[in-house]
Amino acid sequence: MNTGPSESKPTLTLLPKSPTGIRGLDQVTNGGLPAGRPTLICGAAGSGKTLFSMEFLVHGAKTYNEPGVFVAFEEKTDELTVNVASLGFDLKKLQEEKLIKLDHVHVERSEIEETGEYNLDGLFIRLGYAIDSIGAKRVVLDTIESLFSGLTNQAILRAEIRRLFEWLKEKKVTTIITGEKGDASLTRQGLEEYVSDCVILLDHRVENKISTRILRVIKYRGSVHGTNEYPFLIDQEGISVLPVTSLLLNHEVSSERVSSGIPGLDKMLGGEGFFHASSILVSGTAGTGKTSIAGSFVNESCKNGKKSIYFAFEESPMQIIRNMKSINVDLQEHIDNGLLLFNATRPTLSGLEMHLLSITKLVDKFKPEVVVLDPISNLVTVGSTSEVKSLLTRLIDFLQSRQITVMFTALALNDNKAEQMDEGVSSLVDAWILVRDIESNGERNRGLYVMKSRGMKHSNQVREFVIADDGLKLVEVFLGPEGVLTGSARITQQLMEKTSVALRDHAVTRKDREIERKRSVLEARIASLQDEFESIQEELNKTYVEDELKKSIMEENRKELTRKRDDLQ
Amino acid sequence: MTKWDLEGEQEWNDGQQAPQHYTLRLFITGASTNSIRAVNNLKEICETYIKDRYTLEIIDVHQERSIAEKEELIALPLLKKLTPYPERRLIGDMSDTAKVLKGLGIPEI
Repeated sequence: MNTGPSESKPTLTLLPKSPTGIRGLDQVTNGGLPAGRPTLICGAAGSGKTLFSMEFLVHGAKTYNEPGVFVAFEEKTDELTVNVASLGFDLKKLQEEKLIKLDHVHVERSEIEETGEYNLDGLFIRLGYAIDSIGAKRVVLDTIESLFSGLTNQAILRAEIRRLFEWLKEKKVTTIITGEKGDASLTRQGLEEYVSDCVILLDHRVENKISTRILRVIKYRGSVHGTNEYPFLIDQEGISVLPVTSLLLNHEVSSERVSSGIPGLDKMLGGEGFFHASSILVSGTAGTGKTSIAGSFVNESCKNGKKSIYFAFEESPMQIIRNMKSINVDLQEHIDNGLLLFNATRPTLSGLEMHLLSITKLVDKFKPEVVVLDPISNLVTVGSTSEVKSLLTRLIDFLQSRQITVMFTALALNDNKAEQMDEGVSSLVDAWILVRDIESNGERNRGLYVMKSRGMKHSNQVREFVIADDGLKLVEVFLGPEGVLTGSARITQQLMEKTSVALRDHAVTRKDREIERKRSVLEARIASLQDEFESIQEELNKTYVEDELKKSIMEENRKELTRKRDDLQ
Repeated sequence: MTKWDLEGEQEWNDGQQAPQHYTLRLFITGASTNSIRAVNNLKEICETYIKDRYTLEIIDVHQERSIAEKEELIALPLLKKLTPYPERRLIGDMSDTAKVLKGLGIPEI
């Protein structure tokens, strides 16, 4: 979405514009309708031409201080007043304040006899008087083609209409001329030939029994303008055109993180959760807990004081609130605090573009930080896959430009191919969480994968996703010798492991005791050998001592003998 | 604004046989060619067919522009036949005499 390249423009005299005040249209036309020139609004019956031009006048009178004249060729002024009262426009009051003047021009062929040359001076004078009396800057002629049914001389009429437009230009009033759509041309009487400055086409299309209103700027001389078909909405607040396009990819990014509300999932996402203002896709087969994930995400952000909107396309708010209660998530509390807004509609209520419009409108009004769409798969019922993809692209762009984190849930079909498709949005989103059924041993369990998560470290592991009474949990899957085990198989395996540990423990203690016993036996034997050694040692020592003793005594004796012999000499 | 004065008696109650009085009002825009032609043509027709039985009031819309909305004017010149009933509106420069007579309900002689 492009809002303001105008500030960089050089100081050339640009075409002055007259803002319509219609939401979004001024953006498409880069400022409004060409000021002081006529604009043709064409479209089939019921496409909103009268309302469009009336809004142009009322906004001009109320907001831009430009009084306006409404010349109605079809509706009586009273009828008009009543018709637009539903939009909150008080034409009576505006007329009293001399901001708007309504004039009903009644043309009936049966009452008029043509007797020669004539012109439309009456209309000129009438219009001129009306313009001058309130100082009008804006004029609506709705629809001037009625003149063709009232007057027969086409040559005169055409010349006069051409003169009228020239005259209005001279008067410097911004004019809207409405025209009914013709078979081959834009309008039945070829008014587009005379109005060459700006042509806007309104269309009302019905596809698959669902209607969409479309606006397109066919021509805008002297100005750049959006050329796409823009859907528009008529509701209690009048017309809003929302040019949700995906032209630019320049929105700001944030490195702030938001928790998913499931601690285990945050851990898988680098420990902190998703990036703020990113887009997250949660896909999975039926009954895998996508809504529960979305619910706890919303719950978490509301707990952190962030405003959130939950767009439900499948369940009613009551139903979601009740169901989320079963996993200990109280959403009602957040609704009461004004933090959470539920918007539940059937996708078939309106066309895709209308959905986009109402979403963007609500987002602009409520200004949430988190938006959940649950599920986007149902939108396919009202459009083709490529249309849904285009819608989601524009929605993501819109939300990211407003720094809103968005979570989509999508139903994936059971085969692997469809899992990769996911309405073709998996390539658009920043993070993709996949919940899959893992079926084995006669039971189904949920496996959660982080398929992608841009710009952060994320786990490549499969986690078992458990929905328990106290909330959502991620359990590490058990990798046994037989592969990945989940659910009761995991529990069985865990039990088996526990048993074997016990057995091993038991075995270890028995061996320990035997060692102890052996040790005491050996120690006893060592003690007796020691005794034996000591007695042998003693025995040996004894003879040794006797020998020593004998030796010393014999020495003594010999000495004695020697002395004695000496004495005898 | 000139008030139209009734010449003679009003006789529209007297049935078809009696000569009717025509009250006519012609709206023109200043001295444009169409206006001048319309005035001249109309006067000639009236003088020829309903001499002394008509009142003609000529209004220049430029002089009083608010009348345009009041009288629901679009195409000019416009001739309004106020009486006899029904009210009729004729536009143009009154050059097609047959159509003017038909519009006013005056039988051609």
